[in-house]
Amino acid sequence: MQSSGALRPIVIPGEAVGGPGLKPGPGTYSEGGRVFAAQLGIRNEQDGLVSVIPLSGRYIPQRGDAVIGEVTDLGASHWLVDINSPYPAPLHATESPWRVEFGDTARYLKVGDVIMAHVLSVDEIKRVQLTMQEHEARRLNGGMVMEISPTKVPRVIGKQGSMISVIKDLTHCQIYVGQNGRIWLDGNDRDTAIAARAIRLIEERAQASGLTEAVRELIEGAQRETRGPRPS
Amino acid sequence: MEDIEHIEKEMKLIKADGRRLDGRKADELRPVRIEAGVLRRADGSAYIEWGGNKVLAAVYGPREAHPRHLQDPARALVQCRYNMAPFSVSDRKRPGPDRRSVEISKVISEAFSAVVFKEQFPRTSVDIFIEVLQADAGTRCAGLTAASVALADAGVPMRDLVASCASGKIDGVVCVDLNKEEDNFGDADCPMAIVPRTGEIVLLQMDGHLTYDEFQKAMEMSIGATHRLYELQRDALRRRYSTTLEDILKESPPVPPPPMPESELPPPPEDDFGPEGI
Repeated sequence: MQSSGALRPIVIPGEAVGGPGLKPGPGTYSEGGRVFAAQLGIRNEQDGLVSVIPLSGRYIPQRGDAVIGEVTDLGASHWLVDINSPYPAPLHATESPWRVEFGDTARYLKVGDVIMAHVLSVDEIKRVQLTMQEHEARRLNGGMVMEISPTKVPRVIGKQGSMISVIKDLTHCQIYVGQNGRIWLDGNDRDTAIAARAIRLIEERAQASGLTEAVRELIEGAQRETRGPRPS
Repeated sequence: MEDIEHIEKEMKLIKADGRRLDGRKADELRPVRIEAGVLRRADGSAYIEWGGNKVLAAVYGPREAHPRHLQDPARALVQCRYNMAPFSVSDRKRPGPDRRSVEISKVISEAFSAVVFKEQFPRTSVDIFIEVLQADAGTRCAGLTAASVALADAGVPMRDLVASCASGKIDGVVCVDLNKEEDNFGDADCPMAIVPRTGEIVLLQMDGHLTYDEFQKAMEMSIGATHRLYELQRDALRRRYSTTLEDILKESPPVPPPPMPESELPPPPEDDFGPEGI
């Protein structure tokens, strides 16, 4: 077992996570010179900054995040996109990759379409704006979208994308992972189903060490199992 | 709460040996069991069994606040609904909100307002649902204690958990955590909720009369009890997350994957190898 940081303690809101001299990072707050956890999660200390990596919670958009959204409404010069967060996210026509005539938004994206976009800006009252000007942004045709807990997204991606590339290589699926916990998969039916299963495994066992290996086993096992009478 | 017209008005609540009817000492709690993360659909949830009380709490959010005019551009709303099931008491409770449950919902949401970091989620609401399945006095304290675990389970940022316990006076003796008989025939009941880390009081109500000294005593007892509850809450949360963590570390690397991870749902399409798939 390659155990890196064997048992990382879980901290509970209100628990002290650092004394004076430490700076409160995300998921913490300071009071009277001491730092306390504000969220349920795992304590993390780096360069004098203590933070709590949450184990659960909703997606709160941040600038630059890649997200997968579903178009829920059309305006004359914008689309309203559901990005799985408490805040509605408009995508303005000028931020789309097309030259959209005023009032002609429906020609490019319709209600129900799924897009890969980026968060352009979030202001202090959490007004969100999306952009599709980045190169990976696109409308996602076909495939399927699954939702996982947004706090598990870093595990699905892995260090430098190690986890997701294992899944992509083994299943030959095209996969996009949004920071908002939505994942788009496209491939043949059997491989998509296996990839979806692998992602569910990661979500369930996000804290495990040696997870990449477990995922590899799962995919290879499932592929052996279903090789015989191939569907489709 | 109950129709007690036909029941005797007087009742001896403290036995000759100084114990209460259920054999507890004055400062003894009823047995409490808390479990976190019991509901799949909610963002966070908890279940508590506290003596004869059985209470389920669910938390959603932060999510878009509806109706829109209630949204606060500066902070999140903390909304709570306390509800008693019709079968939770001996006589059927008429379903729906009534004077009592509206009041309890209000005081509980105010208690949580004091600990949740509302400024981090402007224009949203955090919705807390407390469902009393079986009542045996002290349901608001049980509900609040469970809801606090559910909030933490939902990953809502907050200053601390909130723990709550009532105390009161029966047969002239100040006691902690009254049960149904003691509540009905006792002299006073005083539920309170505190933020254990700082000792702040976020809920304090009283039914009946206590002298100043008795009140001091009752408060002291409640505070002692909430600290015990706080430990139980933290245990419940640790258990919920460390089972996943520890189990995994034990059985680690090449685990034969569970054949079907999601059991209680109708088979999701992605686990279906059939061609209809997408």
